[in-house]
Amino acid sequence: MKPFTKLTAVAAPFDMANIDTDKIIPARYLRKLRTADAGYDPWLFYDMRFDADGKEKPEFILNQAPWRNTCIVVAAANFGCGSSREGAVYAMMDWGIRAAIAPSFGDIHYANEIQNGMLPAILAEEHCAVLRAQLKAKPGSTITIDLEPQTITGPDGKSYQFDIEPVFKERLLKGLDDVGLVLQELPAIEAFEKRHFAKMPWIA
Amino acid sequence: MPTLFEKIWSQHVVVDKGNEALLYIDRNLLHDGAFHAFTALAREGRKVRKPRQQLATADHYVPTRNRDLGIAAVDDSDAREMLRLFDANGAEHGIRCFGMSDPNQGIVHVVGPETGFTQPGITLTCGDSHTSTHGALGAYAFGIGASQLKQVLATQCLWQKKPRTLRITVDGQLGTGVTGKDVILAIIAKIGTAGATGHVIEYAGSVFRAMAMEGRLTVCNMSIEAGARAGMIAPDDVTFQYLAGREYAPKGAQWDAALEMWRALPSDGGAKFDREVSLDGSAIEPTLTWGTTPEEALPVSAAIPDPASFGDANKRAHAESALRYMDLKPGTLLTDIKIDRVFIGTCTNGRIADLRAAAAVLKGRKVTVQGWVSPGSTVTKRQAEAEGLHRIFEEAGLEWRASGCSGCAAMNGDFVPAGMRSASTSNRNFEGRQGKGARTHLMSPAMAAAAAVTGRITDVRTLMGAH
Repeated sequence: MKPFTKLTAVAAPFDMANIDTDKIIPARYLRKLRTADAGYDPWLFYDMRFDADGKEKPEFILNQAPWRNTCIVVAAANFGCGSSREGAVYAMMDWGIRAAIAPSFGDIHYANEIQNGMLPAILAEEHCAVLRAQLKAKPGSTITIDLEPQTITGPDGKSYQFDIEPVFKERLLKGLDDVGLVLQELPAIEAFEKRHFAKMPWIA
Repeated sequence: MPTLFEKIWSQHVVVDKGNEALLYIDRNLLHDGAFHAFTALAREGRKVRKPRQQLATADHYVPTRNRDLGIAAVDDSDAREMLRLFDANGAEHGIRCFGMSDPNQGIVHVVGPETGFTQPGITLTCGDSHTSTHGALGAYAFGIGASQLKQVLATQCLWQKKPRTLRITVDGQLGTGVTGKDVILAIIAKIGTAGATGHVIEYAGSVFRAMAMEGRLTVCNMSIEAGARAGMIAPDDVTFQYLAGREYAPKGAQWDAALEMWRALPSDGGAKFDREVSLDGSAIEPTLTWGTTPEEALPVSAAIPDPASFGDANKRAHAESALRYMDLKPGTLLTDIKIDRVFIGTCTNGRIADLRAAAAVLKGRKVTVQGWVSPGSTVTKRQAEAEGLHRIFEEAGLEWRASGCSGCAAMNGDFVPAGMRSASTSNRNFEGRQGKGARTHLMSPAMAAAAAVTGRITDVRTLMGAH
């Protein structure tokens, strides 16, 4: 997994709260196989990005010239709520989005971002609102996210501290794979299973 | 003085590192959307470590029509490939697999409890957010994405941060026509779609103690719609009677040993929760959603609210956008809203008690709109047919179909056309969820049946006992 350390990139503001994973990628595109040649980027925000004829909706932010190279999303509360579909992360990552900043995230989606090396940065609602207002005032302006000190620097140069659990931070900084981290504990797992199945043999 | 959740958690910690724990996963459920995890497993050259602790059933992509044709009933080539991969992955890894023509096929969250695979005191995962359903039997069950699913398959463990606890107590007695669906919609309307984020909910109080297993499964199913990691109900005699004799439930001396363990699971008397919420069950009316998030729900007697009256700016903006999408005006009585489609089924409300409740309203009546019924599992379908429920639905004018996620996930070709308004027993009223441009009102099976009869949102109590 590619480590996440520091990123300076174009950021797009999404004002609406509760952007669910059905919005990020409609269910009908989850049946597509994801390969090195065919990513999930065509389906990102599909019903917000395209009209019934498959034409781009000019009013949608990612269709506007300053935001076509967006790598950071600044959202409102409860970003990625709803379905557990990891396709929502695949679509964002394949488009080029590497971080989402929001006051809160849906739990499963938060874990899915971590698992793929995408940063979910938790930042106070009022600071997210300030950033979104600045990004709208200066379309195409950039934000810098530095994971080690947990800082976000807005278009006006002002910095904010964001929250992330230390264990998730370490995984992102080092690009660690969870399966590898679990398998390090294999002897403990096998010992646990012996005790556990002695008590509940019908589970094994 | 641990809670139900804390007891199960501590019994499954393999390694405790303080700020995270390696949690053992007793059982994992799989469905036909799990191909990403299997593909990653193959790419990394890994095997399924504990095939016997897995159970798979095809649900998201299976057609609900012409199922006797087998795979030929699947029009879409991508969906055919999903179902082919489902069978191939199951066979390759030696996993019990209920394919689309298997007599045990059904929606994963109906099949788990129905087969006794889901049990009190276990940890259970599935690559689906509605895995919270299984907590109704006193399990700690939570949804995961494809990467964590791959980890469970490869290791049977997950690194987890311990969630906080929230007890929701609903005392009193539910009125006539008020069901588990109405209770959970009332709860989500009160605490919000992010009201339980980071928490495990335990549902407590006289309303849940008196509730049959189907109602409890409905309540726990929608815990995720309040953002919860999981929802749980303490196991009791209702749970044990439900499980006794089911295929994968323990038998004989093991059943006795299990019962003794299960009886020790409920939260201790003085157990402390991080948060507490309570509702008066006697005051809950039949409840339905009017907007595009499950928290935008109201009693059937209410009118569409004016977003301008909302104090919270986020909620106001959401409601304005929801009313545009739903094509509704503030002040309109919910019972004046006309509907175009009815959908009864899903992992929320596709169980036998749900079908009986809908059939009780439809018996001897005709529907005035198109709609379909898709039982939660093929076993449930056979049981409903043995009881003659399918004839009641068909004589009323609804289609009786095979089991699958159908119009809830709208991934199998069943959907609500753009601009049409549906009365649906599913769990999500998000924009586009039931099809691009579809307008969804979530409600109980009895309320959906009542809407089917009159062609508009209807208080089911006005149709009860009338004939």
